Amino acid sequence: MSEATKPKPPPKKPKVPRQPMPEQPPEERRYNFQEVPYGYSPDVAVVEATRCIQCKKPKCVDGCPVEIDIPAFIKLIAEREFAAAARKLKEDNALPAICGRVCPQEDQCEIVCVTGIKGEPVAIGRLERFAADWEREHNLIELPEIAPSTGKRVAVVGAGPAGLTVAGDLIKLGHAVTIFEALHKTGGVLVYGIPEFRLPKAIVQAEVDYVASLGVEIITSAVIGRTMTVDDLFADGYDAIFVATGAGLPYFMGIPGENLNGVFSANEYLTRSNLMRAFEFPKADTPIMRSKLVCVLGGGNVAMDAARTALRLGAEKVTIVYRRSHKEMPARIEEIHHAEEEGIEFKILTNPTKIIGNDDGWVTAMECLRYELGEPDASGRRKPIPIPGTEFEIECDTVIVSIGNGANPLLPQATPGLKTNRWGNITAENDSGKTSKKGVWAGGDIVIGAATVILAMGAGRQAARSMHAYLTGEDTSWPSQEA
Amino acid sequence: MYKITSHNLLAPAVRDILIEAPLIARNRKAGQFVMVRIGEFSERIPLTIAGADTEAGTIRLIYQEVGKTTMEMGQLKVGDTLADVVGPLGKPTHLENFGTVVCIGGGIGTGEILPVAEACKEAGNRVFSIVGARTKELLIVIDEMRKTSDELLISTDDGSFGFHGLVTGLLEQLVERGEKLDRVFAVGPVPMMRAVCNATRKYAIPTEVSLNSIMVDGTGMCGACRVTVGGKTRFVCVDGPDFDGHEVDFDELTQRLKAYHTMEKEAIEHWKEHQCRLEEASRS
Repeated sequence: MSEATKPKPPPKKPKVPRQPMPEQPPEERRYNFQEVPYGYSPDVAVVEATRCIQCKKPKCVDGCPVEIDIPAFIKLIAEREFAAAARKLKEDNALPAICGRVCPQEDQCEIVCVTGIKGEPVAIGRLERFAADWEREHNLIELPEIAPSTGKRVAVVGAGPAGLTVAGDLIKLGHAVTIFEALHKTGGVLVYGIPEFRLPKAIVQAEVDYVASLGVEIITSAVIGRTMTVDDLFADGYDAIFVATGAGLPYFMGIPGENLNGVFSANEYLTRSNLMRAFEFPKADTPIMRSKLVCVLGGGNVAMDAARTALRLGAEKVTIVYRRSHKEMPARIEEIHHAEEEGIEFKILTNPTKIIGNDDGWVTAMECLRYELGEPDASGRRKPIPIPGTEFEIECDTVIVSIGNGANPLLPQATPGLKTNRWGNITAENDSGKTSKKGVWAGGDIVIGAATVILAMGAGRQAARSMHAYLTGEDTSWPSQEA
Repeated sequence: MYKITSHNLLAPAVRDILIEAPLIARNRKAGQFVMVRIGEFSERIPLTIAGADTEAGTIRLIYQEVGKTTMEMGQLKVGDTLADVVGPLGKPTHLENFGTVVCIGGGIGTGEILPVAEACKEAGNRVFSIVGARTKELLIVIDEMRKTSDELLISTDDGSFGFHGLVTGLLEQLVERGEKLDRVFAVGPVPMMRAVCNATRKYAIPTEVSLNSIMVDGTGMCGACRVTVGGKTRFVCVDGPDFDGHEVDFDELTQRLKAYHTMEKEAIEHWKEHQCRLEEASRS
């Protein structure tokens, strides 16, 4: 059938494009620590919300690790019921302002969005952020109903995303909850790891305050495994314990020169800047190296965070060194894009062989080898293969190692009966989080290895359900208990 | 908040502080340390626990005013509070009845070797202690060291008290007079620990040293404290702070301890300026 004979289609509304996120321009933001995206205005949010076609069987909900009722909260935004939208979000997610900012929506809810098949998916993350910010900025945060006290006491170890989720969920169900945090500030990776320009600390604090306002007791500077043990907590009368200590033991490359001055784990570099506010030195006491030429090893979100932090701290040149190609980088596309916009250089298919220093023990350069990609490996990504004889040097005074984190051994080592795998991660049942020790659940990075905020929260949600069933006597089974 | 219940000057710029921290007091063992943070803008610094009173719920720290944080801490009064005291961190010193042990403390390290000497005695060892300092007035906790030791030997670099020379001179004397030494524990400045290890290596006496490296969190999270021991990278905060002294790369440790030298000086200057301004303001 030719165009001429085709019956005329009914007049269609012009397609509304995905609304762009207003952002601080790269040339400005690379000199400050303020948040990069400004967030949607109410009008833009409403326009974006109307792009949602309100699927009967929404795939986005399945894509969300905490199963937020996405169409419902978006509908409320479209109706300009912003505070109600935030409350809808909070039914399933205690930390929407955080998830709206740092979740990899492009791999979760947005990748399966039906609108995205023929066009661009609905900007679910940006809408989530908008609703949560609106509620907070307008002081409309309402406390949910708290069930009558069950008389049961729960200890949560670690005040990161998994721990906060469990605490929020269980307090609402009437259990008394105490969070024990090893650091002096709550938030875990949200405060020591993720920088201000990606997740303002005031927002983390507001979310922590919200959990505290529900009645959760928070004790900081308490290292479970040292200050007290898990068994001490049981002896103190806790009925159930959730362990969410995170992935806090940085990996290094194992190459010569790694202990030279000027070599940092990304954890150290970011903790100095974020948690200890070294960017305010000497007003804040904690120093951080005044680097000029920085190399960051790794291609994940943490590598991007470290690189962009180095830039903001005054580095002249920051280079990300990654042994695979752009395509294999585990970082969010948005973060890679932001880093590129800010002038971070990428040396892909490159891996260091040694770090070179001067007589005083300071880094002066890094020797690297070029790589090429071979067949896909176990992770499904093409395997990087070194090309012999391609050694070259990159001049630098700082090397930030950002190749991942192992499990922190403090708690498992001090907890008899708690099984770990060969990487030191706590072994926990997939759908419940039950560990080998009766009454102890675990979730988040300490179980699955360094992953994302939302996966930690998803694990927290599942564990909270299982813990509630256990505490109410509905399900006290313990299949994998150690002798 | 962690309240200060006692705070005394032991020697010039060396202070002895008691802090309310009942859980740490109850659980600490010899060789462990705490991370201390004074206030909102303070850094976190590691300090070895010198002792504890479980009934009073206090821990004892002996520290030297060497940087901005310790100088600021030196000005705190009884009744003041510290923002954070976290611990007990690090692995406890490995203790058993070795037979005859020598506990060596150099300068401020004497406060750190004291709990080790006490624990060695408690474990049934014959305890020789050697305490050294630059000069007489810098010798600290001598009476307590004497009380817990079968024999206490003292040296000063300038000869103002006891043996004129280094602690290693006294160690050699013990060996020369035919004592069979089964183990040596040494805490003090890096050059002193290195010298002790060089001496004990000659006689093949197992030697444990307690390392004070730069730390941020003190719980294994940052890796700032890494040292090379036996060719392998270890974290002082979770793998130590005690290590086999014969395997420690002291050159690397020395270099790493200098990492923030310039900025530490700046921090002190900035703080002193601020103190001066405060004084002027209070005078006018």
